Amino acid sequence: MIRQLFHAVIDGILSGGVYALMAVGLTLIFGVLDIINIAQGILVVLGAYLSYALSVHLHLDLFVGLLVTVPAMFVIGVAIQWAFIRPLRGRDRTAMSLLACYAVAIIIEGILYWVFGPNFVQLNASYVTSSVHMFGFYLPYIYLYGFAIAVLLVGALYLTLYRTRFGRSVRATMQDRTAALLIGVNVNRVAALTFGIGVAVTAAGGMVFGATSGGFNPNSGYDLISRLLAIIVLGGLGSIGGALAASVFMLTVEAIVDIWSPTWSIVVFYAALVLVLTVRPTGLFGRQAARAQ
Amino acid sequence: MNSGLALREGAGGLRRVLALRGGAAVLVVAVFAAFPLVITDQLITTIAVDTLIFVAAAAAWNIFSGYSGYISLGHAVFFGCGAYAVGIAARDWQITGTAEFALLPMAAAVAAAIAVPFGLIALRVRRHTFVVITIAVFFIFQLMAFNLWFTSGTNGLAAPFLLWSPTTFNDRFYYLALAIAAGAAGLSWLIRGSRFGLQLRAIRDDEDRARGLGVRAMPVKLAAFVISGAITGLAGALWFFFIGQVLPQSGFDPIFDLTVALMAFLGGLGTVSGPVIGALILEPAQQYLNLQITNNYLSQILLGSLFLAVVLFLPRGAVPTIGEQITSWRARQADRAPASRAAAAAVLAKGKSP
Repeated sequence: MIRQLFHAVIDGILSGGVYALMAVGLTLIFGVLDIINIAQGILVVLGAYLSYALSVHLHLDLFVGLLVTVPAMFVIGVAIQWAFIRPLRGRDRTAMSLLACYAVAIIIEGILYWVFGPNFVQLNASYVTSSVHMFGFYLPYIYLYGFAIAVLLVGALYLTLYRTRFGRSVRATMQDRTAALLIGVNVNRVAALTFGIGVAVTAAGGMVFGATSGGFNPNSGYDLISRLLAIIVLGGLGSIGGALAASVFMLTVEAIVDIWSPTWSIVVFYAALVLVLTVRPTGLFGRQAARAQ
Repeated sequence: MNSGLALREGAGGLRRVLALRGGAAVLVVAVFAAFPLVITDQLITTIAVDTLIFVAAAAAWNIFSGYSGYISLGHAVFFGCGAYAVGIAARDWQITGTAEFALLPMAAAVAAAIAVPFGLIALRVRRHTFVVITIAVFFIFQLMAFNLWFTSGTNGLAAPFLLWSPTTFNDRFYYLALAIAAGAAGLSWLIRGSRFGLQLRAIRDDEDRARGLGVRAMPVKLAAFVISGAITGLAGALWFFFIGQVLPQSGFDPIFDLTVALMAFLGGLGTVSGPVIGALILEPAQQYLNLQITNNYLSQILLGSLFLAVVLFLPRGAVPTIGEQITSWRARQADRAPASRAAAAAVLAKGKSP
């Protein structure tokens, strides 16, 4: 029993790290652009399929493939922002951006179905199938490597945000777009790059997701995005630390409930969100109510 | 647009506009009522019934989201609960044949009963957070439909079998759906002009200021949410009887949430006719695409592109955009008319003088 619980916690923390990577991208995009990128889920799946294509056709190692997929996803992200998000203005911008992102999502989903078909595929490598023996249970290497790369990328993102000039302009835009504009921040450039970065991290997240999820198809995006949304709202929209904490917390809770009932563990996921928000409408680490609302 | 015209043309103009509108409404209803008498192709009447169900759902969605500005992406909860409520009742109470239609009010009641706690939780937060909560509640309900003991899980539920001949089958459903759609649109019109509707629209424009002016925001929002949910539940139950089967993924369908929202946006968010027109354009277009293009994925890509085109090029919806065009055109006409008459008179005068 205790061992099972321990296993669940380890599992939750490791997969929580991967979700944190994807959630940070989403919450960063929200913070800077004030939109929710519903397409984030399918973009993760797209990242996974890119890794899949590279590994099957070019026999590239999954981690080496990231050197291709991360820049590719960055370019895709900047392009989406430039073409579909930037032109949106006016009172209904919240809803319009949701619909625009959703439209992008179903287009990408359609293309993925067309190219790869509806069958479930999985990313394969020697470290996906072999496990390390630890504390009395087996853990596939990919979980450890995936967690490592998630920590690495989140760390890099953190340093960029808090130690560089660009990061300072991103945070300034998150705090107050107009004020940032007035002190000379190129807000449009910051928005485009942030969207690109937020999407680029999904390449890495998608690769680890594709290797650990036990199979994915173009439909997997719905499940992913609903979890990611729950995570970033629970952590407080626009809060990076909140997204990290909420991913680990939610995935651990899910893994623990999973011991008793696999079918209901995902309900607990959403129920936790609803419960927390009834007590704290701004989320666990939300900023002032007026901003996060 | 019409009020502007009325001001320009005085009380007579107002009466004329009202008469014109009333006449147009009667004409539209007559055309819809005559539709199945003229067109008997079952393929088309099936699409027509589907479309009318979506007209009702889009109008219902608009009563809440369009007027209050709270974008709900969880209305499939009501749609699915309406379908499941009548499905479970028909199964457990062994209701067969046309008696199933007696269960329709129950669908609305169940959806309304679910809307109360749902609204009490979700309406505490605004904007993006509200959207996310509705999505989360939606997924909870879909998972419950999959996993609860009384929903038959992945097998779904079958509707009672109707011993109607294929020709009358579609026609009867058509008139039922027309009644619900017309009722939803009529209710939407009544609410928009009422004190309640004005309170909702005040909340949309600035909730804090509306509260400062004495609007009791929570009860108002909740009432709209419940009304909207009840109609959506009714539409869901009728859809279930028509299709004959409901599955967790078809009753609680994320695409449904977005489709009704897109319909309202396409036609014009927060207008009475907008969501109706949006549904009348989008649903047949979608069904037609599905029939014409056997490649499902391609039709999905086209639908997504249509979404994007609407959002980028008709951001305020077809009805307000076209309405503005007409107003500015008529204004230009009105400005030009006296001037051109004067010019013509001048020309005539010049011609007559030696």
